[in-house]
Amino acid sequence: MGSTSAHNDRGGFGRRDLIKRSAALGLITVPTTGFLSACASGDGGDDEKVDKGKKTKENPLAVNGSAPLEIVIFDGGFGTEYAEDAKAVYEKNFPEAKVKFSSTQKIQSVLQPRFNQGTPPDLIDNSGAEQMDMGVLVGKKQLADLTPLLDAPSVDDPAKKVRDTLRPGIVEMGQFDGDPVWIMYYAYTVYGVWYSQKALASLDATYPETWDDMLAVCAKAKKKGIAGWTYAGKHPYYIPFSLYPMIAKVGGREVLDAIDNLEPNAWKHPAVKACFEAYYELYKKGYILRGTPGLDHIQSQTAWTEGKALFIPNGSWVENEAAKTMPKDFDLAVNAPSGIDSSDKLPFGAIWASGGEPFIVPAKARNTEGGMEQLRIMLSEASSKNFTSSVKSLTAFNGGTDGIELTPGLTSGVAALEKAGDNVVNPRIQDWYVALQKEKIGVGGLGEMMAGRLTPAEAIKKIQGYADDAAKDDSIQHYKHQ
Amino acid sequence: MSGARPSVCGVDGSPRGKIGSVGMQHGKYRFIVGFLAAPLSLYSLFVIWPFVQSIYYSFTDWSGLSPEFEMVGFKNYTRLFDDEVFWKSLQHSVLFVLLLPLVTLTMALFFAFMLNVGGRRRKNAAIAGVRGSSFYKVVYFFPQVLSIAIVALLFQFAYNPNSGAINSGLQAVGLDDVQPDWLGDPDLALWCVFAVLVWCTVGFFVVLFSAGMASIPKDYYEAALLDGANRITTFFRITLPLLWDTVQSGWAYMGILALGAESFAVVQIMTVGPNGGGPDYSTTVLPLYVYQKAFRDGQAAYATTVGVALLVVTLLFVAVVMRMGRRERLEY
Repeated sequence: MGSTSAHNDRGGFGRRDLIKRSAALGLITVPTTGFLSACASGDGGDDEKVDKGKKTKENPLAVNGSAPLEIVIFDGGFGTEYAEDAKAVYEKNFPEAKVKFSSTQKIQSVLQPRFNQGTPPDLIDNSGAEQMDMGVLVGKKQLADLTPLLDAPSVDDPAKKVRDTLRPGIVEMGQFDGDPVWIMYYAYTVYGVWYSQKALASLDATYPETWDDMLAVCAKAKKKGIAGWTYAGKHPYYIPFSLYPMIAKVGGREVLDAIDNLEPNAWKHPAVKACFEAYYELYKKGYILRGTPGLDHIQSQTAWTEGKALFIPNGSWVENEAAKTMPKDFDLAVNAPSGIDSSDKLPFGAIWASGGEPFIVPAKARNTEGGMEQLRIMLSEASSKNFTSSVKSLTAFNGGTDGIELTPGLTSGVAALEKAGDNVVNPRIQDWYVALQKEKIGVGGLGEMMAGRLTPAEAIKKIQGYADDAAKDDSIQHYKHQ
Repeated sequence: MSGARPSVCGVDGSPRGKIGSVGMQHGKYRFIVGFLAAPLSLYSLFVIWPFVQSIYYSFTDWSGLSPEFEMVGFKNYTRLFDDEVFWKSLQHSVLFVLLLPLVTLTMALFFAFMLNVGGRRRKNAAIAGVRGSSFYKVVYFFPQVLSIAIVALLFQFAYNPNSGAINSGLQAVGLDDVQPDWLGDPDLALWCVFAVLVWCTVGFFVVLFSAGMASIPKDYYEAALLDGANRITTFFRITLPLLWDTVQSGWAYMGILALGAESFAVVQIMTVGPNGGGPDYSTTVLPLYVYQKAFRDGQAAYATTVGVALLVVTLLFVAVVMRMGRRERLEY
């Protein structure tokens, strides 16, 4: 080893010189091959669409029955079976159509290049950790307007439009600015405070409706060596699932709307302050499971199902996700967040519920009608029931729970929705400004406060700063409540 | 592509050795270029060309989600200067590139020395490793067998503050009050990541340095020992100078690792936040920030701008390593 001499004073060149010179040569030869023309983003692909089929009563969207259809499904907590079942219906209705079905957990990696080439599939479940940014997709006009689907007659009752069969808030969630509906959320998620009814009963307690009662229950639990709360410390943007509806309950929906609209000083509203202080008290009184800031969602859920903590802010997918560690007699329940006291603006029961599993039909898809028809099939009562019974979640279809046996969590979710009535809130900051909500407000603000590293006042100041920056940042698309 | 046609004058049996003749020099170039054309064009297409493209895209507003974009001049760069998260990422990446090679290589050198030279003197051998050194060698290499993603996941469990191995271990020895949040604590999180990177790379260098040490003639050590040199002296006077080439390659390799894929993977998988980088941006690194901007926020053009900054850091690192390499080599 070490026998090569780098410098060579004999006039020729050494190995190292050679490499240097050839690298330089490579650098020069390359740019001549067309610097500007060969951009990686391609030339936009061909925009050809398949011919429309004949519009009939059975085929209100005028699907071309012989055109191929491509579906890409996110293979996450809900699996893919429900979508495959719906695909089978499409194949039955259009026997000549070749349906290509695939699933992935890496939506972005698989589909981003295809958007860039201008050849996306016809229907996508744009979900999961690798979700493509909806705001950007809408802003860059990459999505098809789903209004024809919403105005088409529903599968079960031709006299009713699809839009009239959906749960409240679903259509609005698909809108960004103005009337077009870009996204069809298929699942319906109930967010709130999740707990074991059995554990609560063993403390001789009922679910607390005010914050004083909440603290009393936590004190009782602490005496028995159980923590009051835990949360996904590594994903602190789970905290808003119960905190945001609490803010709405205390100060009214306008407070959340102002937050969504990135209005100046939206976070300085007294209701926000009261709720932040209430949550901070959980930390100060030691009611939060030790080590929570270092737990991810699965670890915190496991600690919770093991009975180490009483309450956890979460969404209705937790029943499926934590099924493996949840004891048979856990008696899972969800409730609306506790308020401060009786002077709150909204009655107890105000809850966050909104669509999940966002389905999109790309604007440049070749068979947009086919993509929408597949959604229409999925929004039938039969498909909806199939989804609910197999994955324990509600769908956007309003109803579809009769005649099937609901699990404890789902039953309590339906009850919580009934109790909420009109007081269902749907903070849009979560889908409008993903980075702001998750990374900045969630991790940088709430996570730090709940770990005790920021006081509520500091957290509010920091979060307001984040929101102001986002409002000023012209590299992100801005939205407002209509 | 120029020079794709293999030149024949170099292989037609013309006599060699007339170094200094201008005509021959020319022929030699053509000969070499002929052979290098294929690898060079591949290198250009898959390495150089993407760099050029990235720099071009950093002057656009390309989202990464549609084929349309416009030129925006230096806007991305001015934004970069005001971007707090970028500066934090830069700070962490620079810290990694400075400290990671230093710590890893120092430890690897120490272990390798102990395994090969550090043991007691035995009969018939001037130098030997500590007892069981061949066993240790295998054990040190274990982490290298695991993919970085698996290592990160394993450590994520170990760092679990509630029931993870580390805190349980602390509890077992009676340290009930010392139960840090590890990855959940902004003061510790970066060092947790750092430790994982050291853990999973040190073994490779132990093996590499061991191989290097094995090729150092034993007579040198024997002579030094006869002269009464102790272990520390032999290490600094014999082992290290003769191993310098290997150490230097190791340095470059560790620097790439600290700036590139490995640090990205560990931070992305282990740390707090939707894509890692937390708590409160305490672990974010440049490659992670590129990824977040391009694939989460749909701001591919800005991501390439951050990528250009990463390129600058890398080039600076390379310059330093090259400078370090400028010293006479010992031949033996």
